Amino acid sequence: MTKNDALARMLTAMADDALIQGHRNSEWTGLGPIMEEDIAFSSMAQDKIGHAWALYRMLQEDLGGQDPDAFAFLRNEKDYKCCHFVEHPNGEYDFSLMRHFLFDHAEAIRYQQLRNSSFAPLRPLAEKLKGEIKYHTLHANAWITQLCRAGEESYARMQSALNTCFPLALGIFEPDEAAEAILVAEGVYPGEKQLKEMWVDRIYNLCAAAGLNLPAEDGVTPAYGGRKGYHTEYLQPLLEEMGAVFRSDPQAIW
Amino acid sequence: MTISESDIYKALEQVMDPEIPVLSVIDLGMITGVSVEEAGVRVKMIPTFSACPAVDYIKQNIRTALEKALDTKVTVEIDREATWNSDRMAAGAHEKLKNFGIAPPQMRQGEEHAEIELHTACPHCDSENTYLRSPFGSTLCRAIHYCRNCGYVFEHFKPLG
Repeated sequence: MTKNDALARMLTAMADDALIQGHRNSEWTGLGPIMEEDIAFSSMAQDKIGHAWALYRMLQEDLGGQDPDAFAFLRNEKDYKCCHFVEHPNGEYDFSLMRHFLFDHAEAIRYQQLRNSSFAPLRPLAEKLKGEIKYHTLHANAWITQLCRAGEESYARMQSALNTCFPLALGIFEPDEAAEAILVAEGVYPGEKQLKEMWVDRIYNLCAAAGLNLPAEDGVTPAYGGRKGYHTEYLQPLLEEMGAVFRSDPQAIW
Repeated sequence: MTISESDIYKALEQVMDPEIPVLSVIDLGMITGVSVEEAGVRVKMIPTFSACPAVDYIKQNIRTALEKALDTKVTVEIDREATWNSDRMAAGAHEKLKNFGIAPPQMRQGEEHAEIELHTACPHCDSENTYLRSPFGSTLCRAIHYCRNCGYVFEHFKPLG
């Protein structure tokens, strides 16, 4: 595997996570429990899809990849590298908020590290995205904190959502040994294990402040497979819906 | 006529942001460089948010306005070396925003903190007795606040690093 192959694997996984999570966020448009939340998830959808587009464009311009729209919408399911976490349906609001909290802190940490990447095109983008994601984590932190203080049922639902989400969230950091070895040696990024440790440190403190118990890592099975192209039953229907308009006329100019 | 860089900047002051029509692309700090070349004028710009849906529209507006004002071929490109942050806004932009009813972004002091969003001054009554209702608003660059003093809900151009 060349360095460019390894870079393409990493960028594809990051972009696919952002695209699929962005699509899930957009499914709250018109359905949010209050207007501000409807707007928040819609705005975060727009941000995430914009982040995915910027990464797909980097794949195209710097690594000889395909047209971003075609790459986003026309691949077969097994060629997507997103983690299982983002594939799951939105479920109830507790699941959506907890996923948002765990996922956005993971992204914040990843982009913070990528600001110092040896791969030059990533540095300005990571700087930019980190600033935008700050508002995602600000939103998530506020809701997690408040709902954990909002009575017995509310607290119980947040703890239960955390228990459900944690093994799925560990799938964000699924190792990709061959590519990672190259990327770490080349100083592109610190590697999944190190990112995961920084993430656990950060969410442990935030959970503790909200009174939530973070499940022990060695007691759960991380939801791996997505980075290798093995997906949940939820991805294919999502892809069909997401790409339906694009596939109806791939040559159309918008 | 010979086109100077200051002619280009003067023409750019007439190109307004489609979402905040009182601010030009110069006010917003979106222009990172201009040059006069044999083949015409080249403008380098950066979007405020990476997912800004108006980027192509703004590029087109710049091209049209400059071609009309300067009577030459104009190329507009995204500067991939630079990134936008809210401290890039020009002097005077904050006042224009406030008069438009949007609270201007606070200047960032190095790493930004959530506290920067607290007690944003109300653009209507200047009170700082306000709170953040949502970090997301009608466009990606805006947050929604509530003023306890005058009872208005107001928008805030978010500080962004």
